[in-house]
Amino acid sequence: MSDLDTFYATMRRQGITRRSFLKFCSLTATALGLSPDYIGKIAYAMETKPRTPVLWLHGLECTCCSESFIRSAHPLAKDVVLSMISLDYDDTLMAAAGHQAEASLEATIKKYYGNYILAVEGNPPLNEDGMFCITGGRPFVEKLKHAAAGAKAIIAWGSCASWGCVQAAKPNPTQATPIHKVILDKPVIKVPGCPPIAEVMTGVITYMLTFDRLPELDRQGRPKMFYSQRIHDKCYRRPHFDAGQYVESWDDENARKGYCLYKVGCKGPTTYNACSTVRWNDGVSFPIGSGHGCLGCSEDGFWDKGSFYDRVTDIHQFGIEANADTLGATAAGVAGVGIAVHAALSAIKRAQQTESNQE
Amino acid sequence: MSIIQTPNGFNLDNGGKRVVVDPVTRIEGHMRCEVNLDENNIIRNAVSSGTMWRGLEVILKGRDPRDAWAFTQRICGVCTGTHALTSVRAVEDAIGATIPENANSIRNLMQLTLQAHDHLVHFYHLHALDWVDIVSALKADPKATSTLAQSISSWPLSSPGYFRDIQNRIKAFVESGQLGLFANGYWGNPAYKLPPEANLMAVAHYLEALDFQKEIVKIHAVFGGKNPHPNWLVGGMPCAINLDNTGAVGAINMERLNLVSSIIDRTIEFIDQVYVPDLTAIAGFYKDWLYGGGLSSTNVLSYGDIPDHANDYGASNLLLPRGAILNGDLKTVYDVDLRNPEEIQEYVAHSWYKYPDENKGLHPWSGITDPNFTLGAKTVGTRTNIQSLDESAKYSWIKSPRWKGNAMEVGPLSRYIIGYAKGIPEFKEPVDKLLKDLNVPLTALFSTLGRTAARGLEASWAAHKMRYFFDKLVANVKAGDTATANTTKWEPHTWGREIKGVGFTEAPRGALGHWIVIKDGKIENYQAVVPTTWNASPRDPKGQIGAYEAALLNTPVAKADEPLEILRTLHSFDPCLACSTHVMSPDGQELTQVKVR
Repeated sequence: MSDLDTFYATMRRQGITRRSFLKFCSLTATALGLSPDYIGKIAYAMETKPRTPVLWLHGLECTCCSESFIRSAHPLAKDVVLSMISLDYDDTLMAAAGHQAEASLEATIKKYYGNYILAVEGNPPLNEDGMFCITGGRPFVEKLKHAAAGAKAIIAWGSCASWGCVQAAKPNPTQATPIHKVILDKPVIKVPGCPPIAEVMTGVITYMLTFDRLPELDRQGRPKMFYSQRIHDKCYRRPHFDAGQYVESWDDENARKGYCLYKVGCKGPTTYNACSTVRWNDGVSFPIGSGHGCLGCSEDGFWDKGSFYDRVTDIHQFGIEANADTLGATAAGVAGVGIAVHAALSAIKRAQQTESNQE
Repeated sequence: MSIIQTPNGFNLDNGGKRVVVDPVTRIEGHMRCEVNLDENNIIRNAVSSGTMWRGLEVILKGRDPRDAWAFTQRICGVCTGTHALTSVRAVEDAIGATIPENANSIRNLMQLTLQAHDHLVHFYHLHALDWVDIVSALKADPKATSTLAQSISSWPLSSPGYFRDIQNRIKAFVESGQLGLFANGYWGNPAYKLPPEANLMAVAHYLEALDFQKEIVKIHAVFGGKNPHPNWLVGGMPCAINLDNTGAVGAINMERLNLVSSIIDRTIEFIDQVYVPDLTAIAGFYKDWLYGGGLSSTNVLSYGDIPDHANDYGASNLLLPRGAILNGDLKTVYDVDLRNPEEIQEYVAHSWYKYPDENKGLHPWSGITDPNFTLGAKTVGTRTNIQSLDESAKYSWIKSPRWKGNAMEVGPLSRYIIGYAKGIPEFKEPVDKLLKDLNVPLTALFSTLGRTAARGLEASWAAHKMRYFFDKLVANVKAGDTATANTTKWEPHTWGREIKGVGFTEAPRGALGHWIVIKDGKIENYQAVVPTTWNASPRDPKGQIGAYEAALLNTPVAKADEPLEILRTLHSFDPCLACSTHVMSPDGQELTQVKVR
């Protein structure tokens, strides 16, 4: 048995000593109410447990999720694929093609039935009997349902699988459908974004491997650890919003000073994602940090909420304590103009301050 | 069974053994390929089918043209950015907006970043396994690998111990019995020609390139906020420049410029010290395998790209050359006009769409899209379980674009052939040097290997041009110009009531054009003709085959049940299927659910 394919090996590589590893096994045994005899058994299991197989299917999509995944800096995509999971099927990266590729898929479904993770990028179109997306001569939706049947957990990568994304924007000519609407008997972990942040993707998957449980999800099925706060609430330009200091037009003096992008359409106030905290590409930047408003790409139906340059006016303003659940529960049906009011108040406050400065 | 001669000079024989490859993997999107093998396992007929359709341009109708870049960028997340750039250029052309010089330099930096990144990832992660046998790498002597690596490059990661560590890691991986991505590969196939030490070197660089590629795209993050799918702007770029004043810390400032500069240095270093030497070394072992030329020796096309100065899209201002070559006549490079209704036209006779007259082609400004999923009488299987396609009928979600009626190949090889034919030193000299190093004639360029080699040369060209545009950006800022956006045409009331425009780029995979019609400030019609539409196109009404089908013909396959050579040639084009399969109805007709007729 290799030293690369187990939890133990993974933990060792991450700097955990054997002593700490055995202590971890001991605590696990205690926590489970098992006798000390089991410590050795748990250690043995962790030392020999195979890497969890992952099947990564692609429906209607643009492959931006895969591209994002390989941008992961911690852990490196290389280490995820070689040492943490067994990526048994992924059309974008796998060596085999055609029959041999399909054989790999079937082998894992059979051998690890009930024990593999299904990760889905893209979504199935339901019009034209599903033949707007054909794999192996058959509708993609069949392959999706087939692979879902034996999965122990299902991840919806990105906004396509989670919500439908661009091909589901009006008039959705192919009837592109998010996967939770065709996989009805299992929970789907939604990791939305177009694409999701690389370290969020690897974070979700390594969380499941490390803690052997599903991440805590909000009502919409998103991991709370990454999707429970708005970009606006943790945005470094937020003080400018509060001070009523806005970019009025592209490349104006205020843009050069890094003022708030709300008036040029930023969707940060209505978007739940980790961009302003985790940031992108190993922390280099995020959209607002490079001068463009947030498009709201991790939100359901973000393509159909008006122009990306229209000001957000239809969502009620909440404090940072509001999460997606409370917003959904309390704001439903409220045609508020709260954020516009909030912005106006900020502007008034700024005007007052300016006046007082002049005095 | 029948033997046909196509008007563009190929013989097709659909007798013998039919081999189906579906899914074609290590590509973007969904594709199916069927070939017929004769008794000697030589490909005598090839059928390329795009198997997905998303209808993005239908979705664009009625929307704000300034939003179009975000939608079209989602055509493809692999060549991320190039559709967005093409889109903002099309809109600017329509509304008459100009962009500041800095915006042009930044856009070029982003487009060249994509070229360098995409070519690198393609070579190592999508294409290398067609030439490199991972299992053979386990048998390598790390010392021999070290000697080989040090003989071709000064790249420092080349000690015997380094390669031994990599080999041990792969060995442990293989011995675990969980082969993951490498399961069911064609390991040991006689078409693999590299000795074990070269295989080990390539595997080591597969892993290094996977680590490094994420660095290159940080340039997109600096200027566009994220990658994949950075942000763009009609009229310029959204990232403001501020070097001196209050707020500089949140704008493009000295620290950001230094980050970009250091990434450019490292990108040049990796491509010139790892990618290009690996390419040359691998090509040296395969120089007798010169199949896959297809259309490259006769018909190639490029729109050109990378405008040196802002707002001039004329051929003389484009650093990537524009032109078309017909019938292999390298002495004549034709100019290309994207506005001329007689030049670029799309056909649907063998595509799952419907035209009133399917013998005619339509220019993108006046095209029609009406999906029509029907299968020919000789299809084996059923409508939702296709065993074998009937290529005499409709068989693909990809249309057939033609230039002045001719099937054309696009991509890095086409660009290099056109640059070579025009005698441009920065394209001609590296090609001549590579041919000399490998001791092969110019005709060797017209092959699968030539396509792969041109991509590597172009990655190096792109990396060095990044330095050029970075220096240009800094010089312009130093001269006192810090503008990045021009907003005089931002408001729709400044636009004409009914206007149209065209934008183009050279995407990593080839010539890309977007055609837009705007009416009363909203998108009336949007049409993209993309590189993979050109290359993967099915037959046209005259029976001319496209570049993929042509390139596969007459290639011997070592083992009929292992499609290694088919993958090798298809991958040399770097297929991008999400790009190639989408279109829109110009009369604004909404697509609804279409039943088979």
